[in-house]
Amino acid sequence: MSNILEVKDLVKQYGDFTAVKGISFDIKEGEIFSLLGPNGAGKTTTISMLSTLYTPTSGDATIGGHSISKDPMAVKQVIGVVPQDLALYEDLTAKENLLFWGQMYGLSGKALNSRVDEVLEQIGLVDKAKNRVKTYSGGMKRRVNIGVGLLHKPRLLFMDEPTVGIDPQSRRAILDTVKDLNKQGMTVMYTTHYMEEAEELSNRVGIIDHGDLIAIGTQDELTKQVGQTDTLILHIGENEDAEALAHSFKGMHDVHEANAADHEVSIITPQAENILAAVVSKANERGIKIRSIDIREPNLEAVFLHLTGRALRD
Amino acid sequence: MKKLFLIGIKDLKLMFRDRAALTFMLLAPFLLTIGMGFVTGRFSGGSSGLSNIPVIIVNLDKQDLGDALEDLFSSDDLADLMEPTASFDPEAARQAIDDNQASAAVIIPEGFTQSIIPAEGTIFDQNAVQPEPVKIEVYTNPSSPTSAGIVKAIVDEFVSRVEEGRTSGMTSIVQLMSNGLLDPLNAEDEARDLFQNVDESESSAITLKKNTEGAEAVEFDLLAYFAPGMALMFLMYTVSYGGRSILAERSQGTLPRLMISPTDTAQVLGGKVLGIFFTGVAQVGILILASSMFFGVKWGDALGVAVLILVAVFGASGWGMLITALARTPAQVGSTGSAIMLIFGILGGSFINLEQMPPFVRTISKITPNAWGLDGFTTLALGGTLKNLTEPITALLIMGTVLFGIAVVLFNRNGLVQK
Repeated sequence: MSNILEVKDLVKQYGDFTAVKGISFDIKEGEIFSLLGPNGAGKTTTISMLSTLYTPTSGDATIGGHSISKDPMAVKQVIGVVPQDLALYEDLTAKENLLFWGQMYGLSGKALNSRVDEVLEQIGLVDKAKNRVKTYSGGMKRRVNIGVGLLHKPRLLFMDEPTVGIDPQSRRAILDTVKDLNKQGMTVMYTTHYMEEAEELSNRVGIIDHGDLIAIGTQDELTKQVGQTDTLILHIGENEDAEALAHSFKGMHDVHEANAADHEVSIITPQAENILAAVVSKANERGIKIRSIDIREPNLEAVFLHLTGRALRD
Repeated sequence: MKKLFLIGIKDLKLMFRDRAALTFMLLAPFLLTIGMGFVTGRFSGGSSGLSNIPVIIVNLDKQDLGDALEDLFSSDDLADLMEPTASFDPEAARQAIDDNQASAAVIIPEGFTQSIIPAEGTIFDQNAVQPEPVKIEVYTNPSSPTSAGIVKAIVDEFVSRVEEGRTSGMTSIVQLMSNGLLDPLNAEDEARDLFQNVDESESSAITLKKNTEGAEAVEFDLLAYFAPGMALMFLMYTVSYGGRSILAERSQGTLPRLMISPTDTAQVLGGKVLGIFFTGVAQVGILILASSMFFGVKWGDALGVAVLILVAVFGASGWGMLITALARTPAQVGSTGSAIMLIFGILGGSFINLEQMPPFVRTISKITPNAWGLDGFTTLALGGTLKNLTEPITALLIMGTVLFGIAVVLFNRNGLVQK
């Protein structure tokens, strides 16, 4: 498969602050690529540059063979964007919104009307099409927001955290929509800070933190970076000293890493069951009450923890 | 170009779906106009509020028609409206106007009557040299446009009546002769009688209804002043609201979304400006229609009104864009726009006739679209036409162009969206 997107040394700087620090990656035609990282990692800035909204400080990217710096208008024809925040006219109906945005992408006449009807069908809002968007639930608004990005059948769809702040049912519907679009041949670049979404959707994942792309590959490739390890997570009381507890685990047999965050301690170990008793005993010795314990097999969370020393949601 | 239009229409639609905005745009100026009408007695048959307009009459003609016009300004019917003083020196009269001592000077040149009523024995003499037409000069004070407009209207009405009478009288004589009803030998006497009666008899073929016609022609409806005054003041609200929508779209994410569609920045900005323009035109148009329908306000020459609406909205939109370009948030545009709406309303004469303001206020008022717009609407209501609107139209076009230019420079410097 050929690359639809190629990013080379992309940098975005605001004064002394560098939001994106020279990242490079590519996306193959037909795949779902997820950019996974915590809030503030540089995901939205990256998408804003790739969608030609922001000008890169340095570096470049080509989309469908067109440079985002030199030929932004050609890039705009290839891409669709579903922004993180709702970008709709709430006093217009869903249909009026779709008609307006379709016209902005050059659609008109019968082609516009039939495409709007198709998209309404696709996002499941045919019955509510003539209601003003401001009367919709958050999930319905999200669906219209996605629908706008699909109108002109883009070859590459950027979706910037499209499930933030919505109910589980709408979230499920959006994830299914992404899969359907991909089955129909659309390439998707999906940003999220939810590990589960990246795991469920992606052919490949890029992990971004503090503006650096710190890892990229398939899930298997990434989890191999941390080896065959488990993550043991101890949830402790609000007044307990997580830092001190994590520190006390360091040096224990079979403990590769121990990190504290937000009333919990994460331990990376080859086999969680083998150290469980010793860990609980150590906590008791320090008078720290453990409220619950999770054992997680190797996943992207563990990869992030391994690479950054922090949990993804920090 | 199509996208520009589509963005403008979309904004117009959104504006008319915003009930709060509609209340401010249409209901508030309408109710305030009614209120001003009651306060000023317009609905109880009160006067126009304009009285004792100082006018200098320089009658160098000293014959029938010159005297008739001078008498007209001193007539009982115009006694409340006009305060005439006589002068014999045109230069002194003009200087008095320049010194702001009166609203206008009416200079009736020597030979005015003779240019209308030919000398004895020359009426039907094809070889006789007819005198050149002599025009009455009305030298006006630009800082008193309303009063000066009334004086001009009285003089215009007088001249048109004289012309109308002369033409129809001569036509009657010629027809009587051609039908054999009048002996050509008596034609000159008959014609001369008609001319002599120009200012004396209502039964004459040439009728100068000097008693009332002039006054009726310039009867000034106060609502024809306050209705545009309010419409122009709330137009400033509309243009700042429209400008605010640019920043609101930026924070709502629709502006960035527009920018990442295959639509260039100029189209997006142009479309937003067009939306403001459409909305302003619709607002003023609706208010004018409503005041005509409900209050019977006579706005005057329809073409002049239409053109004036367009240029007034253009000038006001320039202010809206400048406020938007200088502000950082929609709230800043809202508060600044409201303040400017009120300041311009007062400075521009929406509440108090500018002629009652000190000279420096009248000078400052020239920066407001309200003052120029009101000047134009008043001229039209007093019987003026499009050709009398050169000054306000030019001023509003320059105002809009300069302000848009500054706004575009600021937008270019700051960017429509953060880059």
